Amino acid sequence: MTLTATSVPVLWRLARLEFDPVRKQRVLLYPEGVVLLNDTGAAILDLCDGRRSIGDVATILGERYHREVVDDVIEYLSRLADQELIRVA
Amino acid sequence: MLLNHPTTLLAEITHRCPLHCPYCSNPLEMTRADGELTTEDWTRVFTEARELGVLQLGLSGGEPLVRPDVEALAAHARAVGLYTTLVTSGVGLTRPRAEKLREAGLEHIQISFQDSDDAAADHVAGMSAVPQKRSAAAIVRELGFAFSINVVLHRANIDRVGDMIEMAASLGADRLELANTQYYGWALENRNALMPTRAQVDAAADIAEAAKGRHRGRMQIVYVLPDYHETYPKPCYGGWGKHYLMVAPDGRTLPCHGATHITTLRFDSVRDRPLRWIWEESPAFQAFRGDAWMQEPCRTCPRKAIDFGGCRCQAFALTGDATNPDPVCTLTPLRTIIDRAVQDAAGAHVYRFRYLSLEPQRV
Ligand code: SF4
Ligand code: SF4
Repeated sequence: MTLTATSVPVLWRLARLEFDPVRKQRVLLYPEGVVLLNDTGAAILDLCDGRRSIGDVATILGERYHREVVDDVIEYLSRLADQELIRVA
Repeated sequence: MLLNHPTTLLAEITHRCPLHCPYCSNPLEMTRADGELTTEDWTRVFTEARELGVLQLGLSGGEPLVRPDVEALAAHARAVGLYTTLVTSGVGLTRPRAEKLREAGLEHIQISFQDSDDAAADHVAGMSAVPQKRSAAAIVRELGFAFSINVVLHRANIDRVGDMIEMAASLGADRLELANTQYYGWALENRNALMPTRAQVDAAADIAEAAKGRHRGRMQIVYVLPDYHETYPKPCYGGWGKHYLMVAPDGRTLPCHGATHITTLRFDSVRDRPLRWIWEESPAFQAFRGDAWMQEPCRTCPRKAIDFGGCRCQAFALTGDATNPDPVCTLTPLRTIIDRAVQDAAGAHVYRFRYLSLEPQRV
């Protein structure tokens, strides 16, 4: 699956985002797997609500970080999409 | 050495099981019901596991549902923040129990199927379990659990991998694990009868690969290769004592469930020690951390960062020394052990089934 700025990403319905108080880190939990998220990763996933496009997500984060992030967002989500953790709504 | 937080705990809450699969990974000497940890022991272990960093919990066995406290264990696991999978044969997963498990916050159920062919499945399980499994699958779907199917592949069923994939899809699985038999415990005893040929393995891999694309987005297909036919060993779960731990029915705590077969190690029990001590300090968990224990060629091999010298349990089972390279590796002369086993397996053999009531014979 190739993601573009117009794709609308959504987390796999069987995966959930949590905060792990032990690692003090956000984590993604799903059947037989765990992803330990860095802050940027977690910020991206928090915005993937199945309505916003990747472009929308990148605009919000771009304002927050004061730079162009659309390519980074596509790259990050593509890696999760390869594992089917991110799907297209 | 800086220690990792473990991510996964496999809780083998019982060895009891109504089925008798000849590839069972349980040890030959099984723990009886009166030797099992209590509900209170297990809930304490789950709390300690979460404090240690564990995020994923597998409730497994044997057949975990033979214990009436699975619901209570699942509820406790959820309360402390674990993501829990019930690993079951499906036998005993009635609607009332499934509903209670759902209320308890259990998220994922994995049901094992022995085959897509019902008669062959019954033969391997040593009983007729297929109707119960199918009805369990329907209940799991209906109640909205994440749903996996697991099939252990061996010589007598691997040619039906295509049918198994269709069966899993029609049962509505979210994930299908097609796992070639790993030869520990009962499976090692039955290796000659279980091992598929190279041609069978290659054909099955092609079918699984093609099906992955077809089912993408609906059902995830995981095909676990059989290592005897590989060039290099499988990586040991990210390294010994790094991410994973397993608690046996009697409380002994191991870096993985094959480790029970390494008779030179002594495994401490959660009955005597806190889980944190076992993880951080027990001799068994220290034994193969890092690479100081390695022999040549592993010690100087660049692949040691990828496969950690392979499986310690397999090295021990096949060479008698757990610090040897995994004999699957073609870079070690020990590989002749594997080649000979592959040759020996060519031909007809019969299984010994797993029976809790019998003392195992070793012949
Ligand atoms: S030692 Fe073997 S059985 Fe244990 S985790 Fe490593 S590869 Fe798996
Ligand atoms: S020599 Fe050891 S580290 Fe190198 S590939 Fe073989 S088993 Fe792995």
